[in-house]
Amino acid sequence: MSEDLSNVPKPDELMRIEHKPPRKGWMDVPVDFKPGTYSYPAKAKNLKILDMPNPREWSPTDEDWKLPENWKEIVREGFKDRLDKYRSFQLFMDICVRCGACADKCHFFIGSGDPKNMPVLRAELMRSVYRKEFTTSGKIFGKLAGARELTTDVIKEWFYYFYQCTECRRCSVFCPYGIDTAEITMMGRELLHLLGCGINWAMEPVANCFRTGNHLGIQPHGFKDTLEFFADDIEDLTGIKINVPLNKKGADILFVVPSGDYFGDPGTYTCMGYMMLFHELGLNYTWSTYASEGGNFGLFTSHEMIKRLNAKIYAEAKRLGVKWILGGECGHMWRVMHQYMDTMNGPADFLEVPTSPITGTRFENAKSTKMVHITEFTSDLMKHNKLRLDPGRNDNLIVTFHDSCNPARAMGLIEEPRYVIRKVCNHFHEMPENTIKEQTFCCGGGAGLGNDENMEMRLRGGFPRGNAVRHVQEKYGVNRLACVCAIDRATLVPVCDYWAPGVEVTGVHEMVANALVMKGEKERTTDLRGEPLPGKEEVEDE
Amino acid sequence: MILETYPPDTSRFLKQEKNQFANPVGNTISLEIEDIYEELLHGRDSEKLSHFLDRIIKIRAIQDFSPAQAVVFVFHLKNAVREELGGKIRNDQLFEELLEFERRIDKLALFAFDTYVKCREKVYEIRVAEVKNRVFSLLKRADLIGEISEQEPDIREKNIDSVT
Repeated sequence: MSEDLSNVPKPDELMRIEHKPPRKGWMDVPVDFKPGTYSYPAKAKNLKILDMPNPREWSPTDEDWKLPENWKEIVREGFKDRLDKYRSFQLFMDICVRCGACADKCHFFIGSGDPKNMPVLRAELMRSVYRKEFTTSGKIFGKLAGARELTTDVIKEWFYYFYQCTECRRCSVFCPYGIDTAEITMMGRELLHLLGCGINWAMEPVANCFRTGNHLGIQPHGFKDTLEFFADDIEDLTGIKINVPLNKKGADILFVVPSGDYFGDPGTYTCMGYMMLFHELGLNYTWSTYASEGGNFGLFTSHEMIKRLNAKIYAEAKRLGVKWILGGECGHMWRVMHQYMDTMNGPADFLEVPTSPITGTRFENAKSTKMVHITEFTSDLMKHNKLRLDPGRNDNLIVTFHDSCNPARAMGLIEEPRYVIRKVCNHFHEMPENTIKEQTFCCGGGAGLGNDENMEMRLRGGFPRGNAVRHVQEKYGVNRLACVCAIDRATLVPVCDYWAPGVEVTGVHEMVANALVMKGEKERTTDLRGEPLPGKEEVEDE
Repeated sequence: MILETYPPDTSRFLKQEKNQFANPVGNTISLEIEDIYEELLHGRDSEKLSHFLDRIIKIRAIQDFSPAQAVVFVFHLKNAVREELGGKIRNDQLFEELLEFERRIDKLALFAFDTYVKCREKVYEIRVAEVKNRVFSLLKRADLIGEISEQEPDIREKNIDSVT
């Protein structure tokens, strides 16, 4: 903030309170970085690790962002380069007719009311520069043709709004031209990275992932300890000692999860759920201390970074000599695995078309990527009655399901998680149709925005989801929100706490493990969280 | 009036879209303000009022408003009544009733202030809880919890030894 006294309002100015916001054109409204609404910038050490440009200490609230001297030229060249390289980007810059179909579909716009969060306007932040730099009409007519100069204020605006988009792609479901605003955000972020303007919540995981294989920088021995710790907890609960196969050469299946599953509650219960399921099946699988992260924050950084961080998955599958890959409950990881992995780091012709060793089902949908989603795998087991289940153990839960953006919209995984939940829970209620499946509302904290300094913005973005959760809470008494995404499991906790207090968040395989009747298990009195099972409350009290 | 505290493009959307899930902000505001008005007219209990108020303020407490802007809509009710019923109040000499009604609005404004602060406290609480949760996991992972108190005396003794 400026200390200049000439900026201090006079008493009579303070007396005038105008409740209506000023009517200015969007180009004339500069960004105001208020605490709670932006993410901290990437630390220099993380950019250095990744050989990324312009590492420095700075803050978005600084007047001078310490951009490189020739920053304009860098952005212009970077823009041109991407227009040439990606035809979709060129198309998205030219084709929008501003019909407004996307305008009111963004959770950030709905929750915040900020017009620049309308996807059409967010894209216009870039299109206006595109017109000025690359179109004749824009060069000649300027503002009249919707064009504007590239200034440092524009860069600040990009930083603010491209890190206020979770790349959830709800808006693109409604676009008659199929413009993918998430891709525009991705391009915007790539250009910002050329100037060294990224956020730390994305770049620290990327830097960690690059060196240790996972977002948190957990090294192999730490990873081993963590899984063994879970195995001990499982033994306390069930009386069964389970194996933790690590880096096992010749296993049938390589299992990859987001690190959120083995790091933070409530994801850890989901992780224990996978372990119990695989033990019960006697599956010949392995974890990897190298491919110890399915998540890929490269997706929130640049195309090159996605490829760099994803390369370990196929490399590890090859080294261990597995037949195919199974993936855990994660959101953005599946956009990478499903849409990019094959063309970026494939073809994985050394792997086989995934076939369930238990049911013999061939997963034709994963013929090319060779990677199957855990709920596809588990729902197939259930369809063939391969599991003994006691859904009554989940009778204290009244469940609804939040479709995570990427599995729902980027890979069409809609029915499998629901099938699994219905098999393990007796009380399941859907949220309203326009808030689930392809139209699902984002948690508000994806794409690197799930940090605590950005909490206010997250709660704005999470309101449409929270509103729908509150609706089923009031109508059916819902007390558990299930999801298949590690980011969701972290970010929906505050969303529920604020908008629908009393609703807790769970992974699907946590509920599977609670209902799973294992061979030789002792009588269970609690669920994975150590809370008494329905009907066992008194046993616990004794 | 409340919806006009948002930018023009936004207030148009907030007014037009009637689906409560597609437009939770606009719908919550119009629904709850009606209830608040009803309660005020009948001078009913404060508990219900604060419940309705909570729904609106919860939203405005995390939006891009200053504290005053977030709760100012309560005072808009005074303007609305004066504008709509000004003539009738003058003709029928209803000033006492008006004063009584405005007294209730003032009381409501105090509720609004309480509610606003409660919401902001909740945001900070949530933020702290998230950070704490993360730090706790890290400490647990690093085996730092529980060991510190046992080791401390040893370290001190050693230090004393080295000094003496």
